[in-house]
Amino acid sequence: MNIVVCIKQVPDTTNVRIDPNTNTLIREGVESVINPFDMYAIEEAVRTKEKTGGKVIVISMGPPQVETALREALSLGCDEAILLSDRAFAGSDTWATSYTLAMAIKKIKDFNVIFCGKQASDGDTAQVGPGISAHLDIPQVTYVKKIEKIDEKSAIVYRMTEEGYDVIETPLPVVLTVVKEINTPRIPSLKGKMTAKKAQILAWKAQDLNVNDKFIGLNGSPTQVVKIFTPSPRSGGEIFQGETDEVVVKLIDRIKDELKPKF
Amino acid sequence: MTGIEILSDKCVGCKACLKACPYDAIYMQGKLAVIDEAKCTLCGACVQACKFDAIILRKEEETQKDISEYKGVCVIAEQKKGIIQSVTYELLGKGRELADRLNVELSCILMGHNMEESAHELIFRGADKVYLVDSEKLTHYQDEPYTRVITELINEYKPEIVLCGATSIGRSLISRVAINLRTGLTADCTGLDIDEERRLLLQTRPAFGGNIMATIICPNHRPQMSTVRHKVMKEAEVDKTRKGEVIKKTFPDKLLASRTKILKAVEEETEKINLTEADFIVSGGRGLGCPENFSVIRELAGTLNAAVGASRAAVDADWISYAHQVGQTGKTVCPKIYIACGISGQIQHLAGMSSSDIIIAINKDPDAPIFKVATYGIVGDLFQIVPALAKKIKELTR
Repeated sequence: MNIVVCIKQVPDTTNVRIDPNTNTLIREGVESVINPFDMYAIEEAVRTKEKTGGKVIVISMGPPQVETALREALSLGCDEAILLSDRAFAGSDTWATSYTLAMAIKKIKDFNVIFCGKQASDGDTAQVGPGISAHLDIPQVTYVKKIEKIDEKSAIVYRMTEEGYDVIETPLPVVLTVVKEINTPRIPSLKGKMTAKKAQILAWKAQDLNVNDKFIGLNGSPTQVVKIFTPSPRSGGEIFQGETDEVVVKLIDRIKDELKPKF
Repeated sequence: MTGIEILSDKCVGCKACLKACPYDAIYMQGKLAVIDEAKCTLCGACVQACKFDAIILRKEEETQKDISEYKGVCVIAEQKKGIIQSVTYELLGKGRELADRLNVELSCILMGHNMEESAHELIFRGADKVYLVDSEKLTHYQDEPYTRVITELINEYKPEIVLCGATSIGRSLISRVAINLRTGLTADCTGLDIDEERRLLLQTRPAFGGNIMATIICPNHRPQMSTVRHKVMKEAEVDKTRKGEVIKKTFPDKLLASRTKILKAVEEETEKINLTEADFIVSGGRGLGCPENFSVIRELAGTLNAAVGASRAAVDADWISYAHQVGQTGKTVCPKIYIACGISGQIQHLAGMSSSDIIIAINKDPDAPIFKVATYGIVGDLFQIVPALAKKIKELTR
């Protein structure tokens, strides 16, 4: 089985601090990491391969330094890596990104299942996974928290809903976007790290993908950012300290209007 | 030519762009800012930050559609088990306002089975027209048939703005629709406004876990599409005297076919109140010390009819299930009151709850970052304060 996993490199927000004066992110020294949700996608792709056989191809689009993210994915058990890096891809919104990824997947030709994280931690859109499946005109299941059964023809998966989950049967090929609950990602083995270091990474540019120039990068992106600003900081409010009963009474006094419907 | 350029005659070397760049892609060369093309994603943050108009971002405009044909605002209704979800009423409230400002109609697309009565409810809540697609095949949400129906209806009626809930259904569905329509979609908006002069929808959304806000437009494609965060907009009021039209649409079976099949829908009764829907949330974190101590949180939640939330630390320690996790890798919530008990307030947690109306923090560490965002904070032992709070509220509600 040919398994594709799409990943994104994002700023590592687990180490991000906020500048108390300007209330903006302190980006100095912030490293780039694989989007946390994509770690679950990589793990699930590798687990699927271990069950069904075949190989895992990891793809990422972005600037050249994305290579580090791809090598990390290789160290975690992915077999091949493709880097989509071209100045022509810069400025892509979710439409152009999912188009470019879909065209790369088409070039791979033989694919049975495509894994994505449910969303990226920087943009939080959750649009690229469904976007890829729409471009490829194949089914999708989003927010997958369990794969019950998967073979070359079909899969049965659990899709998380606000109330619980749906059990869904889908033919392959399919795009599955996964949530944190699906697995616990492994730590790369020493052997994996060594292999990843030496592995060759395929680099594809726009001209390799048979893409329509009108649909890629900034020009291919229908949306346009017109303003970026930091939200007005939430100012720290009133702090109560002292005897439990006293502080509780003070607090209830402040919020009694909001609580009123309850009384 | 597409690309970004710093005009050396205008750049004064103030470094404002360096600070604004989310990708660390600008550096100084002498007194001039220079863009590292290997890192730059053409996001435009620096263009905004430059006070001297020294940075130019060029884009070739694609003009393929006659966008003036597109008129009106359209809301995609969400129903589960035949019940219209409250996010739909919030969209109608905002949609009505946008439609009035543009002086156009507000329509609503409703898909489901035996939903005619609900269609009238949508009119009472502000819709001028409801396109009702009633079929047994549409009883439950499924990606493909829902996508095809909406795509067909938008191509037929050509609204200039389409709004959909940023729910798990909405996000999956409308992403596919936007690809099919070759138009822009802005996810998870918290603010929507109109640029009346250019008739453009100004879509504001948080990014980088809420640390940055971005306003996004879709100038050359129609419709302009947004998903809107639940609980941010105000619900439309019911006006039973409102008149409108329910237009029934039918589609061939082939269009309603789905390659995926729902075998079973399971409701988990672990917690009665849905976190994202809740008006009140009581959350527990590492400060609880062990899973049994969540009973303290549950007791307070019970008195307030609140949902129970948790920090990642508590979930990772297996004290409570992932469904309760609030924060960047969990759920984003915006209740009226959020009570954080024994949660230090890591940035990832704040990203998921900082848009709550009122934040109450209870923590023994006076330096915990949670106090920086808290409307009210109590420094002290949560095992004394939380039960005392529950007791007091119980007395008052009696």
